Amino acid sequence: MSDSTATANGAVAEVHHEHPSYQRHHFESVEQQFDTTNFAMWLFLLTEVMFFGGLFTSYLIMRNWYYPAFVEGSHQLSIFWGTANTAVLLCSSFTMAMAVWSAEVRRKGMLLLFLGLTFVLGIGFLGIKGIEWHEKWEKSHVPGLRYSEASFLNPASDKEVYKEYHDKPLAPDMAAKTEQYFFLYFALTGMHALHMVIGVGILIFIMVRAKSGAYTSGHVTFVENFGLYWHFVDIIWIFLYPLLYLISRY
Amino acid sequence: MSAATIVTLPDQSTARIPKMNFLTKENGLLSWLLTGDHKRIATLYLISITFFFFIGGALAGLIRLELLTPQTSLMAADTYNKVFSMHGLIMVFFFLVPSVPATIGNFVVPMMVGAKDLALPKINLLSWYLYVLGGCMMIYTMAAGGVDTGWTFTTPLSTHYLNTNVASAATAVFIAGFSSIFTGLNFIVTIHKMRCPGMTWFRLPLFIWSNYAASILMVLGTPVLAIVLVLVVLERTVHIGVFDPAYGGDPILFQHLFWFYSHPAVYIMILPGFGVISEVISTFSRKRVFGYTAVAFSSVAIAVFAFFVWAHHMFIMGISNYSAIVFSLMTMLVAVPSAIKIFNWAFTLYKGSITFETPMLYAFGFMGLFTIGGMTGVFLGSTGTDIQLTETYFIVAHFHFVMVGGMLMSFLSGIHFWWPKWTGRMYPEKLSQLAALTTFIGFNLTFFPQFILGTLGMPRRYAAYPPEFQALNVFSTAGATVLGVGYLLPILYLTWSLKYGAIAGDNPWQATGLEWQTQSPPLTENFPEIPIMDHEAYDYEWLEKQQQKEVASVG
Repeated sequence: MSDSTATANGAVAEVHHEHPSYQRHHFESVEQQFDTTNFAMWLFLLTEVMFFGGLFTSYLIMRNWYYPAFVEGSHQLSIFWGTANTAVLLCSSFTMAMAVWSAEVRRKGMLLLFLGLTFVLGIGFLGIKGIEWHEKWEKSHVPGLRYSEASFLNPASDKEVYKEYHDKPLAPDMAAKTEQYFFLYFALTGMHALHMVIGVGILIFIMVRAKSGAYTSGHVTFVENFGLYWHFVDIIWIFLYPLLYLISRY
Repeated sequence: MSAATIVTLPDQSTARIPKMNFLTKENGLLSWLLTGDHKRIATLYLISITFFFFIGGALAGLIRLELLTPQTSLMAADTYNKVFSMHGLIMVFFFLVPSVPATIGNFVVPMMVGAKDLALPKINLLSWYLYVLGGCMMIYTMAAGGVDTGWTFTTPLSTHYLNTNVASAATAVFIAGFSSIFTGLNFIVTIHKMRCPGMTWFRLPLFIWSNYAASILMVLGTPVLAIVLVLVVLERTVHIGVFDPAYGGDPILFQHLFWFYSHPAVYIMILPGFGVISEVISTFSRKRVFGYTAVAFSSVAIAVFAFFVWAHHMFIMGISNYSAIVFSLMTMLVAVPSAIKIFNWAFTLYKGSITFETPMLYAFGFMGLFTIGGMTGVFLGSTGTDIQLTETYFIVAHFHFVMVGGMLMSFLSGIHFWWPKWTGRMYPEKLSQLAALTTFIGFNLTFFPQFILGTLGMPRRYAAYPPEFQALNVFSTAGATVLGVGYLLPILYLTWSLKYGAIAGDNPWQATGLEWQTQSPPLTENFPEIPIMDHEAYDYEWLEKQQQKEVASVG
């Protein structure tokens, strides 16, 4: 502007305000920095909503078309593990929220404890997911790579599941569509697990930095924004769980 | 051409490029590769997209050469399929989408809102790296034999029938998509949170409004494209999925999801161009843009409508008649905000003091060509004529009028307009006016015959055609040669001007934007101190008073 034109060709007048070391140079104040990065995180989560939105759309259309196949496909999932995993993830959201709170009240020990718990629960979730995926592989329910329609053409051959649900045999063309169910199952849970893996990776980074006290001196932005991400991934699971596990139960 | 000019350059015998600027602040390759400075990242982007533009352009040249004769004379039919697919992919995802936002936008958005940098400098740099990574994947795809799905990855062609490099091409677009998401996200956050004191929403230059609208589309649309590409690649790899009818999938679902992004993508490509034109038209007619608020909101309206028109790409694909009618009407609605812009620019010119510098010539080219492109879009949005014209050369001509005649013209207009700010030097005026004229003539010669070819029934995407179409195709190929010259010229003289151009001074155009009130090239921090906005956008009287004050104080 006016003053800047006048001084623009001269040396840069470095005006140094007093500000904490974590304030980046292009922000006027810490509040502006927090506001900005927080807003950016929410926008990023919005892109994530759209990203998963495409998958959910595909799921809903296929499910409407091939409902019987989706029901019997879902009977192959273990409600026990699914519920356990939901509980694990909800607990991790709680510990994450506590971690953000610990950072806010500047308690380093507690922050590390809750980050650690979140980490353990995150790994636990992935472990349980691994168990479930492994089971799918054993029963030849991995679409494209190792798939058999036996459990759906002749449900009685699959004793454990049959005992519980007494499913009727599907017609061959509908039984073939169960592969579609498992395709979407792996696409959805896989994409979700990928987000979990990224989250756990960032969590390790945060723990290392938290150890040196980076987040307990008033600068909680990063922990708080990561918390938003973690809760978002949790919410995705909250939708996945009924859509994949409980199809015939609600 | 009128001799009148508003260009005011400093006395060349004494003028110097400021010693301290963003280009000279640090030296060495690393200082560029690890920079957080939006102006340096914009420069990196400019170099990269120019590189891809010339690859895409060379492929376009091959297409036109092949179509010089009715037979498949230059290349086999499947090679031709690969050439036009690669042309489309590179031009859409590696040139048009990042063209104005990632280069010009990156350079001027922070300065226009009076900030030191974009809100997230590291994310901005990450965006460039993702672009480069995607670009490398694309080059790998090309080296490995290319892909022949067309730029639309149409299923089940892409998932079932083809044996070309669909997976690597899709990965390249996936990665480049994230670079565009991050640019858009950065712009939105910057425009919301980084405006300088006094910079209210309605004092923002219209360039900001249109980039804001485009950013909304990038942030909301691109992720959908990303997940579609993931599903296509998965379906190709495991041979089961949701798009292939052979497995009970639905190819129409793919079309819905793909065009849900790719129609808004069209506006991602054109909206930032609108912004450039607003700046240029106002500056070279010395008037505030007529109906500022209407122009600002028309950008937002286009962004909103953009999400409700996608199925007009699918009228012949078996969607229901009822949805075709709704989507057709929605498509017509988009013409309204577009027309608001064109009319308001025309009213800005009315009784303005118009001068004809190069950016203005490109802007005039834009207004004419975009209007033709937009109006033919209305033909294609009507369900009846669409069925007749779609998949013919009419549609090829239509989107080239919008994308090349519109976006490329505005990109070149913007590059010439901000070149003095960017480099501190002027480009050669006469030569660049010639280039603008050449581009305009070459463009019309290339693409106008294609409208006629389309209405006569020549289908797109074929290497061979009935001999009666040859005359018009020869015109088109001849025009492409002229167009090629028109694009080569700026590369040559802009490079020349880096060393030999006249020193531009702070504000050669007497423009009002904040970016013109600082030195050229700007400091790394853009302004010696954060400016305070105390006037409306495009307030030329304010500028005049400002200059009188300065003369008085210097005297």
